[in-house]
Amino acid sequence: MIRPLVVSFILMLAFPLAAQQSMPPAPYAYRQLDDPVQEAAAQDLMETLRCLKCQSQSIADSDAPMAGDMRHQVRIRIAAGESPDQIRGWLTQRYGDYVSYKPVVSATTWPLFAIPILLLALAGGVLLGRYRRRA
Amino acid sequence: MSWRLWVPLFAFALFVGLAAYQLTQPKDEFVQSRMVGEELPYFELPPAMDGVEGVSNASFADGQPRLLNIWASWCLPCIAEAPHLESLKEQGAEIVGVAIRDRPEDVARFLAQHGNPYSRIGRDDLSEVQLAIGSSGVPETFVIDGSGVIRHQHIGDIRADDVPRLLAELEKAR
Repeated sequence: MIRPLVVSFILMLAFPLAAQQSMPPAPYAYRQLDDPVQEAAAQDLMETLRCLKCQSQSIADSDAPMAGDMRHQVRIRIAAGESPDQIRGWLTQRYGDYVSYKPVVSATTWPLFAIPILLLALAGGVLLGRYRRRA
Repeated sequence: MSWRLWVPLFAFALFVGLAAYQLTQPKDEFVQSRMVGEELPYFELPPAMDGVEGVSNASFADGQPRLLNIWASWCLPCIAEAPHLESLKEQGAEIVGVAIRDRPEDVARFLAQHGNPYSRIGRDDLSEVQLAIGSSGVPETFVIDGSGVIRHQHIGDIRADDVPRLLAELEKAR
């Protein structure tokens, strides 16, 4: 009775991941910066950077080793005096806008921002027309 | 009935059609490196185990094109890729390895088991080189030309039919 339970429990363990984590995580993957202002800046930035391994999570949310390595980069660069925008730029230079969760207006994304404004204006126009007709 | 009544329905049908079309498209989860066409950034990695040389960006700028293979002993597709790296080497390609988050004893065990196609292997414990060249996973293979410029990125394990393609990319980078 106990044996199948034990076997199924062992099967549940993710061995490749365990192997990946046989190395200790990067020094600043889980360690906060000593300066609270710098740590807050790093945290804000990490929440808007995409984990490339687990693409629907930010690197602040992910326990993937690669996300830890990216947090390490963010923290040591902030500690070295780089601005969050510089670090985001460094990453988008390598991975494109995809790595950033912070929306930017660009040649491809402007309709996302323009269409809601256009629709609101259209609805306003229709409403105005109806009120005038009634009055 | 005015034709205008149909406009919202058409707009809706258009939206559903677009959504249905996108759902049938295969999902592309690969993140292409934007560093293709750029020079390798500065880096210097210590050897990944005893008896091999480490890797730096200066290892590349001597006129000869090379493959830069990002791999790890804990990576399962890297096992599938090993024989194809071997055949690339047999056909004259020089392959430089970068081992991600790996221990020397694991690297040595992997190479003893699956063969060692590498001329040098660097040890990248913090994925620094991986991040610097825009790679987002293991394995990935980059074609670096003789002046140290990244010419091509292959994402995922190398399969048998990728071998001639990579050899052609190396030839192009000459």
